[in-house]
Amino acid sequence: MSVLVNANTKVICQGITGQQGTFFTEQALASGTNMVAGVRPGKGGARHLGLPVFDTVKEAVTATGADASVIFVPPDHAAQAIHESIDADMPLVVCVTERIPVLDIVGIKRALESANTRLLGPNCPGIITPGECRIGIMPQEIFRRGRIGIISRTGTLTYEAVDQTSKANLGQSTCIGIGADPLQGMTFCDCLALFRDDDETDGVILIGEIGGEAEEEAAEYLRANPSAKPIVAYVAGRFAPPGRRMGHAGAIIQHGTGGAEAKIDALRAAGVHVAESPVTIGATMAQVLARG
Amino acid sequence: MHIHEYQAKQLFAKYGIPVPEGGAASTVDDAVRIARDMGGDAWMVKAQIHAGGRRAGHFENAPQGEGGVRMAKSVADVEKHAGQMLGNALITTQTRPAGREVDRVYVERACDVQSELYLGMLVDRHSSRVTLIASAAGGINIESIAKQHPESIVKLAVDPREGLGEEAARSVVSELALGDEQAGVTARLIRTMYEMFVDLDASLIEINPLAITAANEVIALDATLTFDDNALFRHHDIQALRDRAELQLGELEAVQHGINYVKLDGNIGCLASGAGTALATLDAIHLLGGEPANFLDVPPVAQVGRIKEALRLLLSDPGVASILVNVFGGGIMRCDTIADAIIMANRDTPLTVPLVARLAGTNATFAIRRLKDAEPDVIFASDLADAADKAVQAAKQTKEIQRRSWWQRVRGVSGET
Repeated sequence: MSVLVNANTKVICQGITGQQGTFFTEQALASGTNMVAGVRPGKGGARHLGLPVFDTVKEAVTATGADASVIFVPPDHAAQAIHESIDADMPLVVCVTERIPVLDIVGIKRALESANTRLLGPNCPGIITPGECRIGIMPQEIFRRGRIGIISRTGTLTYEAVDQTSKANLGQSTCIGIGADPLQGMTFCDCLALFRDDDETDGVILIGEIGGEAEEEAAEYLRANPSAKPIVAYVAGRFAPPGRRMGHAGAIIQHGTGGAEAKIDALRAAGVHVAESPVTIGATMAQVLARG
Repeated sequence: MHIHEYQAKQLFAKYGIPVPEGGAASTVDDAVRIARDMGGDAWMVKAQIHAGGRRAGHFENAPQGEGGVRMAKSVADVEKHAGQMLGNALITTQTRPAGREVDRVYVERACDVQSELYLGMLVDRHSSRVTLIASAAGGINIESIAKQHPESIVKLAVDPREGLGEEAARSVVSELALGDEQAGVTARLIRTMYEMFVDLDASLIEINPLAITAANEVIALDATLTFDDNALFRHHDIQALRDRAELQLGELEAVQHGINYVKLDGNIGCLASGAGTALATLDAIHLLGGEPANFLDVPPVAQVGRIKEALRLLLSDPGVASILVNVFGGGIMRCDTIADAIIMANRDTPLTVPLVARLAGTNATFAIRRLKDAEPDVIFASDLADAADKAVQAAKQTKEIQRRSWWQRVRGVSGET
């Protein structure tokens, strides 16, 4: 098994008739993903790229039994699109849209508390189980089916980790982009739990970056739930320019978390193998696995 | 997006949060007129820059002098302080080392302060909710108080479905050791803060200090208000408050072109797509002993013209000794767009420093071929490790060439005399 998505996942695209929705649906179809429908309010009944288009997510789910939705809706309407999928009990929602106002996401996080939906993103590149299902915008050609799980908080740096694991002949079981926004749906911890129970995954790579406390939370989770599989991490931004401060309030609420060194220290203390440089992510995993 | 204190106070006043009477001045004459019109016997003169720590800071031309927040006991003092601030660079722990030039001062009525509270509101990543932070001990030491006495900090995460109700506001205020009347006013004020936060898509509202005066009034003596850049599309009135003079050289251009650019002090110009990749590029350069000249992240939606502008921005920095372009194409970012931008930039203004290109992902093979044909001088790198190494070496060589030509010039001059 892979995690979250596989060859049986039935995918719909919200915003399928837009330029991006069209482009990525074409690519998903070409890579063999089981795309079953699109949603575009006002265009129900039409067909696009050979797929039926529905006015609402509920109609699409009823007609096709879809269990995942990818969202390519512009930022001013994206939150509404996510709410619609949550209301339709969609098991997995992948929101690629970036620049969604943070207060809109506050509302979505609240709705997710009492929902059956898992959200990836917003502002995420998507999820791939190579050879089975590709949801989102990641470049297909760098993937290679293998046994490494990848969880990344930064969009394009995900590809760096994929490329390096492919070149190191490790390959990927599933690669998950969780999104780079301050508030996001699934976290490192949620994904670590999935990979821990996945018998097709031998090791997990975490790609983090400065800001927030997602890496510290992952470290805390791994201390409480030690992983039998090796975890390799890279945290981008050790040499970043100082960030814009969020007043005293930001400093008070973060209580010393957020910097690269603090994240790296926390991860190391939790038994994670930290790659010093972005160029040694794949090599670090290969070494750790070779040591056994 | 940041705004100035005086702009934040105008918004506070509009929502009914009490602030001292005052006015903004960009000349000494205006400052004097504002103080005189207002009357009274004590005023505050406050430098308007987008950085905290103004009171404890100093002006570049007076390292031992007073900071950017001063009390004036006479109109003549207002004149003196405004004169010392306007047109001069204020250096604080939050500005760049060179400080920030003061274009405007805010002159307001001074208050007789009995006690100072702290109120802050932001979106807390941990709870995913708008969160109020309050403390009975406000003022400039709030961060060390929070560290040493975390129990003195009250936090309230607001459920977006419920809003910030009367009861919740009262319970926060009950921990701030206030009299009944001030407690009522402060509870209302907290609810107004939340209303403003949601109305305006703020990312931070901070009142430090919120003062209780000798006359038992509750009043916001300082105001920090920043907005969620991603929500500005629904707030045209807020966009109009942007002070363009606050952006660093190059940063305004970058904002106009939708590019995320931060000037740094090194000599390797960096262009990457995606913030994570841009950060990783800086890390890779540093770990090889190089020094990046900037952080520059072009968004994936960038068209060729915008990327060309970004390259020109790098080339316009006289300190740049080599350029590293690191793009992993994916999504709608394609490598051929980057290749075309490099070709166009070179046609506009021929490159004067070596350019190292690492192109991978979507359309990389095609892009590299096209770029090789058009620009034989571009140095290609197979991966990020190779690219960082080549860029660091190229910068060293440029420096060496510059040093030699400088030495030759010096010798040439001395040979003539």
